[in-house]
Amino acid sequence: MGLLSKKDSKLIMDPLADNNPITIQVLGICSALAITAQLKPSIVMAISVMFVMGVGNIVISLMRNIIPSKIRIIVQLIVVATLVIIVDQVLKAFAYELSKELSVFIGLIITNCIIMGRFEAFALGNGVWRSFLDGIGNAAGYGVILIIVGFFRELLGSGTLFGFPVLGSPVDKTGLYAIGYENNGFMVLPPMALIVVGIIIWVQRSRNKDLIEEN
Amino acid sequence: MGLKQKLHTLKEKYKGKKMAPAFNALHTFLYLPNETTHGGTHIKAADDLKRTMNTVILALVPCLIFGIFNAGYQHYAALDNTLRAAPLANFFTWDNFWLGCMTVLPLVIVSYVVGLAVEFLFAVIKGHEVEEGYLVTGMLVPLIVPVDIPLWMLAVAVIFGVVIGKEVFGGTGMNILNPALTIRAFLFFAYPTWMSGDKVWVHGAAERAQEIANGANVDAISGETILGSYAQNQEVVYSLSDMFWGFIPGSVGETSKILIILGAAILIFTKIGSWRIIFSTLIGALTMGLIFNGVVNMGWIGESSNFYGLMSVPFWQHLIIGSILFGAVYMATDPVTASQTNKGKWIYGFLIGLISILIRVFNPAYPEGVFLAILLMNVFAPTIDHYVLQGNIKKRMKRLKVKTA
Repeated sequence: MGLLSKKDSKLIMDPLADNNPITIQVLGICSALAITAQLKPSIVMAISVMFVMGVGNIVISLMRNIIPSKIRIIVQLIVVATLVIIVDQVLKAFAYELSKELSVFIGLIITNCIIMGRFEAFALGNGVWRSFLDGIGNAAGYGVILIIVGFFRELLGSGTLFGFPVLGSPVDKTGLYAIGYENNGFMVLPPMALIVVGIIIWVQRSRNKDLIEEN
Repeated sequence: MGLKQKLHTLKEKYKGKKMAPAFNALHTFLYLPNETTHGGTHIKAADDLKRTMNTVILALVPCLIFGIFNAGYQHYAALDNTLRAAPLANFFTWDNFWLGCMTVLPLVIVSYVVGLAVEFLFAVIKGHEVEEGYLVTGMLVPLIVPVDIPLWMLAVAVIFGVVIGKEVFGGTGMNILNPALTIRAFLFFAYPTWMSGDKVWVHGAAERAQEIANGANVDAISGETILGSYAQNQEVVYSLSDMFWGFIPGSVGETSKILIILGAAILIFTKIGSWRIIFSTLIGALTMGLIFNGVVNMGWIGESSNFYGLMSVPFWQHLIIGSILFGAVYMATDPVTASQTNKGKWIYGFLIGLISILIRVFNPAYPEGVFLAILLMNVFAPTIDHYVLQGNIKKRMKRLKVKTA
């Protein structure tokens, strides 16, 4: 890796696999359940969170020496809130339909535990460049799971990807539907997102036994 | 060399190999294992897991056979309404039996083949013995689905139910949720059009509707269940005796109340099913029915209300419509997922009955709430047990203090 030192690239790669915020730390589950019924909102959510976390980590890292520790949570909240409002307004301006679809969940990025967690655990104690990488890495780890879940839920639940009918049309009975295939309605419901996340956790832990907790 | 000897040598040959559990399973399924315990004194009980499971299956067989006849009967009766005038005379016919076999037996076969394949796969991967747990589940599943459910849906649901409902928790005996009901819940939420409505309970109804939609000039086959009719405030065309004997549309094995009572008698007599759970479930259902009857009698709810139809059903009739009886006898009594303490069993069963009727009456989206109620109480069973145990410990501590003080 020319661009990044070994230590820096670890910041990005770790959250993607062995320290994934969703599957290992089990944070940010709420939004992963709510908006993954389709692939497009999952990707938009992943990008939004990546923006908020990358920029947020930079800002917090820049201010880390002047924030009084007693009120640091409030300061962090203000930073996240500001960034989330920016994202929200941008979406409303340029992708109104999508922002309708994501509704409150863009606003609820504020409460995403991963963001506050990284501010507290990393940005408050590290330099700007490393904080930025950490934010991007964790958001990417979050986004990857969102996209995997969104992929399966949209494919099996609606038979489409990005709204494009890949399995044929259920109304005209073409493609797979001609031989009796039907969409799995359960996939569209939030409980199934939880089960899909659970299956990802299961697969990941059985591939890497180090991740299995004691007891 | 007999089959038993052959299996035994195969077993010896594959000892320690990856495929060993699969051979062992076949061996123990067909014969008593050769292994005996050595040293010490052991009390040998006749009711091992295998025999327990077989007794439950035995108790289910009457329901299955009746379900086979009923599948045929409902189909022909829907085509020719005059058959319903004398159900008994037109019920046990070869035509009914043949059609029933063609529709119900594939469900049984798919359920067993897919379920056991998953069990064998997991046994080989994890290197443990194949567990007997699926024997009963595999028989329950075809009895609690509509007769016309597409087989591939059943297969998908069975894979889901066995893997997510049982294997992830560690296999038979470790599961929180009843696997058969997990399978039904999956089907219900994944493919609701095949699990409810008036087109799935009678063989051929959905097909006929499709033909009519395509312009064929034939009569529609309607197969509304009794609960469905009540929920839409329609008149119920079946008599009480039809409901009791089971000449009504419904899931394959749930219709005949008399045979379910027979199964209950077998389970209670062999002490495999808990009579406490069965009776408390029925008491719970009756209580809720009485409350709803009371509300109607007080005039608190108008006839125009959506719930009026089901609320005004005489409370005892709730037991012979829908699947509350089947659920109480075969599902709620599952020893793994039910409460373990005697007091806990009363609470557990009572709440199942109560919630079943509550969902049945109040949620028009779920025409039958028994499976949801049982799954819900499965989740709460350990909590109930915990408090019963703690209560007992407290009581005894108090007694001890009084004595020593």
